[in-house]
Order: sequence, then C-alpha cells, then structure tokens
Amino acid sequence: MSSDTLINASWLDYLLVAIYFGFVLGIGVMARRQVSDSIDFFLSGRSLPAWVTGLAFISANLGAVEIMGMSANGAQFGLPTVHYFWVGAVPAMLFLGVVMMPFYYGSKVRSVPEFMFKRFGTGAHLVNAISFAVAQLLIAGVNLALLAGIVHALLGWPIWVALVVAGAIVLSYITLGGLSAAIYNEVLQFFVIVASLLPLTLIGLHRVGGWSGLTDKITAAADSAPASAGVAPAAQQLESWPGQALSGFDSPLFSVIGIVFGLGFVLSFGYWTTNFVEVQRAMASDSISAARKTPIIGAFPKMFVPFIVIVPGMVSAVLVKEMIDLKNGGSPAGGASGDGVAYNDALLLLMRDVLPNGLLGLAIAGLLAAFMAGMAANISAFNTVFSYDLWQRYIRKNHSDDYYLRIGRLATVAATVIAIFTAQIAMGYDNVMNYLQTLFGFFNAPLFATFILGMFWKRMTPTAGWVGLVAGTLSAIAVDRLAAAGVIDLPGQGAAFLAASTAFVVDIVLSIVVSLVTKPKPASELKGLVYSETPREDRTDPHEAAMPWYQRTVPLAGIALVMVIILNFAF
Amino acid sequence: MSDDTTGGAPHKAGAFDIRNIIGALMGVYGIILALAGLFGEHEPEKTGGVNANLWTGIALIVVSAAFIGWAQLKPIVVPAEVERPDDDPTRPAPQRKRPPAH
Repeated sequence: MSSDTLINASWLDYLLVAIYFGFVLGIGVMARRQVSDSIDFFLSGRSLPAWVTGLAFISANLGAVEIMGMSANGAQFGLPTVHYFWVGAVPAMLFLGVVMMPFYYGSKVRSVPEFMFKRFGTGAHLVNAISFAVAQLLIAGVNLALLAGIVHALLGWPIWVALVVAGAIVLSYITLGGLSAAIYNEVLQFFVIVASLLPLTLIGLHRVGGWSGLTDKITAAADSAPASAGVAPAAQQLESWPGQALSGFDSPLFSVIGIVFGLGFVLSFGYWTTNFVEVQRAMASDSISAARKTPIIGAFPKMFVPFIVIVPGMVSAVLVKEMIDLKNGGSPAGGASGDGVAYNDALLLLMRDVLPNGLLGLAIAGLLAAFMAGMAANISAFNTVFSYDLWQRYIRKNHSDDYYLRIGRLATVAATVIAIFTAQIAMGYDNVMNYLQTLFGFFNAPLFATFILGMFWKRMTPTAGWVGLVAGTLSAIAVDRLAAAGVIDLPGQGAAFLAASTAFVVDIVLSIVVSLVTKPKPASELKGLVYSETPREDRTDPHEAAMPWYQRTVPLAGIALVMVIILNFAF
Repeated sequence: MSDDTTGGAPHKAGAFDIRNIIGALMGVYGIILALAGLFGEHEPEKTGGVNANLWTGIALIVVSAAFIGWAQLKPIVVPAEVERPDDDPTRPAPQRKRPPAH
C-alpha cells in the first residue's frame, strides 16, 4: 500500500463508513430472515408512502451519474450543467408520471423488454433485451470505475487492484442481501449524500467568499486562462442559457435547440421514461395514483440537487490547485484514475481540501453507497433480463425455478467480471458524463422513439418495432464514430446530443415507413398498451378525484413545472 | 420493536418504520460528528475557520429528532393480516404485489 494517497482518512472516517455499511447490511439481513411480519409488509412495498418511493426513485439515479459526473461538468462548464436537471430531468419525470406510468402500471410488465414483447412480439423483444443487457454492463462499468477511483484515492492501491476489490465489494453486497431492502437503502443513501454534500457546498462557498466570491474567481480565471485551454468565457459559465460550452455549438440559437431537443427531449425522456432501474421504484407503490405521483414527488428534490453537486464542482475549479491547473490546459499528476487529474476528480479533490476528518468519512460513505447501490442495481437488472428475457425465452425453456436461479447467480458473477473490463472503457473518458450521454444516445434514444410511437400509434407494426430500434442504435453509433474521427466537430456533449437526436429521428422515420408496408397487430391485442385502445378508467385511479388537490397527480405536476420554469429564469 | 397487543389488534411498525431507521443513522452520525467537533482537532485551515463537524453534527441531531418524533406522532399501523408478497424470488428488490387482473 502506498502511503501517498489522494485522501488522508483517519480512523474516525473509517468508523463512519463502517457504521453505514453496518446499517445497510443489518437491514438486508433482517429483510432476508423476515423477522417479523411488519418488515414483510414493508418490503412487499404496499405500504410505502409516496415520499419514500419518490426519494428512492431519484436516489436510484443519484449515483455515479449525478455526483461525480455533474460535479465534473460543473467544474468544466459551470452553471449550464443545471440543464441536466431542469431541462434534462424534471420535465421528463413529470411526463413519466402523468402520461407513461399508467401504461407501465396497468400492463403489469416488469421490464422494458417485457413491454416490447407485449406490444411488438419477438423481434423487438430480442433486440431490446440484448441492447438493454449490454447497456447495463457498460453502465455498471462506469459505476465500478468511479467506485474503484475512490478506493484508489483512499488507499492508494493500483487501479486494477482497486477495480477487483470494488467488484468483490459489490458482489458481497448483492449476496449479503443488501439489495433485498433496496428501497430502504436508497432512502438512507439519499440522506447520507445530502448530509455530506450540503456541508461541502457551504464550506466550499465560504472558502471562496460566498457566491459573489465564486463568480469573481470564475471570471478572473476565465479571463486569465490561456486561449489554448479552450475555457468558456465567464458569462457562459455563470448563466445557464444558452450554454454553448456544454452543447458545443457556437451559435446560441443552435445551442438552445441542441439542449432542448437533444438533451431535454430525446436523451432525457428516453432515459427517464424507459429506465426500469428507476421506474421499478414507482411500481412498489400501492395504487396507480401513488405510482404516478412517485416521479412527480421525486422531481421536487431533484430540482435542488444541482445546488449541492454543481456548485461544489464550480468551487473546486477555482479553489483546488490541480483543478485550476487542469482548467488552464495543464495535465497535473495524480487523480483517482492514477494517470493524471481529470474533471471527474473535482469533487474528491474538493473534499480533500475542505472537509475535516469526520465529515470526510460521511462524504466517503455517501459516495461509496451511491456507486455500490448504482452498480448493484445495474447488475441485478442485467441478471433479470439475461435469465428470463434471454435465457429462458430463447435458449433453455421449461426448466425448474432452481435452474433459472442458478443461471441468475452465474449471471451476477459474470456481469461483475465483465464490468471490470467495461470499467476500462469508462476510465478512458476524462469527463464520465460525456461517456454516459453517448451510451444513452445509443440505447435510450431509439428505445424512447419506438416506445412513444408504439404507445400512441396503433398502426405501428411488429416489424417496424425491431427495425426502428436497430436502425436507431446503428445511426447513433455512426454519428459517434464520425465525431470521434473528427468529421463532426462538436466539443462538450454536443456530439452525444446530436447522436441521440439522429437516432430518434431515424427510428421514427423508419418505423413509420416500415409500418405502412407491413401488417399491424389486431386492435384487440393492444388494450393497455396503446393509448387509443386503453379505456380511460384503466389509466386513472378512481379514488384520486376524492383526494385534496395537493395529493392529486396533475396539480402536483403543475406546481413542479412552474417551479422549474422559475428556476430556469433565475439562473 | 413492535408493540404486539392481544388478538388481531393492529400493531405499530416500530423499528422497521423507515423514519426510525433514518432517524437512528442520522442521530448516530450527528453525535459522533458533534463529539469530534468538540474534542477533536477541527482543522480550521480547511474549513475557513468554521467548526464544520460540530455544526453538521448538531444539524444531524435535529434532523434525527424530527424523523423519530414524526414516527412517534404518526406511527404506521400494520394490519393484522399481512399477505405474503407473490413476487418473483429472483428479483431482489422489494416489489409490489401484482394488481388483480381486470
């Protein structure tokens, strides 16, 4: 073990981390033994109040993506990163609650491929199951890379050792039953993360002299940065719109279009409405009304998460020596990956510089928890799709339950090993957000196009279902490769936005063309799957009309929408 | 744990109420951090002079008290008959019971 670690943790920090894991594993063990009928009752989920499923919903997403990626983005691009929340998440969460949730809840599907099977049959199911499984493995790699980064920063172990150890930790978390109480853990994790990031933000702001000190420092840094470093002008870093640095478009108009259509519509609707790692949380509620309210309630805290992840990133970029150097075009040594500081390290480095021992441990516990839970969720999603959607349906039918359980366990181990390799791809990216958005463009954008068309257009045929998915994914990959080869020149996350938008358009156009020349499913098979074929009473909860307005889905969504519009104008 | 009463009377969720679990974790963290703030070195050069451990500790103790108090004031009552979840055992996450077929 090297003595020269990025973070100097003391016994106090380790104690706080240990307490967290004690809690999580303790809940897992209790859940497994089912010591009382009350825990049974809770885990079956039917009693979970909406605020709990709402927090679990955003917590399932408050992992690698948000914490490291968004603070990296904050350090690199500044305030425009808020688009990932106010344009790129909240509207889609509201749409999910108001429009899509009734179909998921009502059609009783438990995975995306299952919905595809019911709506389009085998072709689309197979394509979607394979691409979903691949996507989960790649995203698990991102979580694992970040987890290993923390292990490396804490203990100074070589990165490949850290990867293997982190993989082993996740495996033991899954086997020890950490996942059986997933919703409990996610809600706990939410509070631990807020409890550590809020002080980090406040202390960071205090150190740079408050918000005005931060804007002054960012302005000074942007003015003095060498032109070669390509730092965005301070005005662009401190105003969310038009966000040219983020989208990579020079023209403010194209930048706004790119953000609203590429990020706000295709990427984010695709992500939030088809990502069952999150959608499943809403399924744990007791009625269609509670399921619809889950993402809407989640939208309220989600609006304010950027203040505790992006602001620390921005502070880090003007306070931490290595980050200042990096932003000026330097390549400082060190960092969590072991070969040079990257924007991904913004948060870890800020923690090192401003948190005293004690709070540091709390922050480390929060980060470890988030990545571990994130990766465990990816792996269990992979496990389900692999064992049931692929293995059982296409390879070995009609075996015993035990057989599929064994396959599932093997799949879990295999997925963890594969994630160690996909983590290498993730580590090749300086800003992990660029990579994630690229992946979402490949997998979620075409899926969303097929979903939305299939849900609202009953004429869409089974053939169109799989053709659209394949063509959409291939076109996104083509755009990405063109961008990588330098044919399309869009810095920032513009290439990912463009790839996603292309995939969406190609998917929609091809699906329509193919549908017109092939044979649709009879309308009788589309009940509960297509909007026009689903009776209104199947889509709403009859009890909801009797509730006070603040417990009804649509008024709540309206308030969230107004709030997010105000935030967009304010910053 | 749960206040078991005789017969089929409803009992409370007690320790399994998620608000109590949140309260307990936040409380333990709050106490440890407050003690670290009082008796440990508080590294003012990092925080810019603020005793961050102490303040965070106090805030966490307040949050903890609020959650436990909430759970005490409005306990969740478990119905006497709890149906077993019929979910797929291979899916580790808690799952809703499938709604009855329409």
